[in-house]
Amino acid sequence: MAKILSVVERAYHGTLEEQDDTILWMSHILKNAGADISVLLRSNAVNYAVKGQDASGITIGGVPLSNPPKLDQDVVSLIDAGVDTYVVTEDVEDRGIKQGELVGGVKMVSRSGLADLFDGHDAIWHW
Amino acid sequence: MATLTIALMDPPYEAETTTTALRIIDAAVRKGHRVNVFAYEGAVNLTMKDQAAHPNPVKGTTVEEEDHVIPSKLVAALLGTEQVEWINCGLCVDERGSGNWVDGARRGAPADFLKWSQESTNTLVIGTK
Repeated sequence: MAKILSVVERAYHGTLEEQDDTILWMSHILKNAGADISVLLRSNAVNYAVKGQDASGITIGGVPLSNPPKLDQDVVSLIDAGVDTYVVTEDVEDRGIKQGELVGGVKMVSRSGLADLFDGHDAIWHW
Repeated sequence: MATLTIALMDPPYEAETTTTALRIIDAAVRKGHRVNVFAYEGAVNLTMKDQAAHPNPVKGTTVEEEDHVIPSKLVAALLGTEQVEWINCGLCVDERGSGNWVDGARRGAPADFLKWSQESTNTLVIGTK
């Protein structure tokens, strides 16, 4: 089976309505369907791996958001499901995020290491 | 009391701008201001009444447990405050076949946006990027 690397770059689009990230969700369900899939979080999407995100408390027009997205927990679930999940070291550092702030189990990869990471997969899906 | 006009372009479920726009509208309404929304291109789908919640097979949760926030219901709630007016670009609606709107949304044209912007305290354009 082809090894797939799913690259997530744009973050937090539609997460209010979806209550998750669409590509993390699809990667997870494809893994459950038997795919050999990994995820690379780059650019703003590295923030998905930051622990303790809290999107609760939003109310619009008197309608509360009762089940807000929990992106950090979704990353943990993805890793627990056996999906190797990478974050780009420089993208984390550029945003002032300390490695200790990231959920456990994510794999750091430097920009200079991306070519090798891509080369280790048969398909690159850059969303 | 101010009157704000906001132009939106992004469709539901696709952009962080939708969250931002709805929160701005909500905040303005809470402060007693009036808000005109001109939905252009994909944003006309925000008012589609047939949007539906669904279960989450990844989490194994039911539709009730997911308790999805439906964008059209948020729009309907904002329209229910009677401080918000909502016009969908009619040609954009025709392109998409996106009828059956929540109560209060109405059909219009870019000329309505121009009129609103000239009559409003300020205009905020949130385009598709």
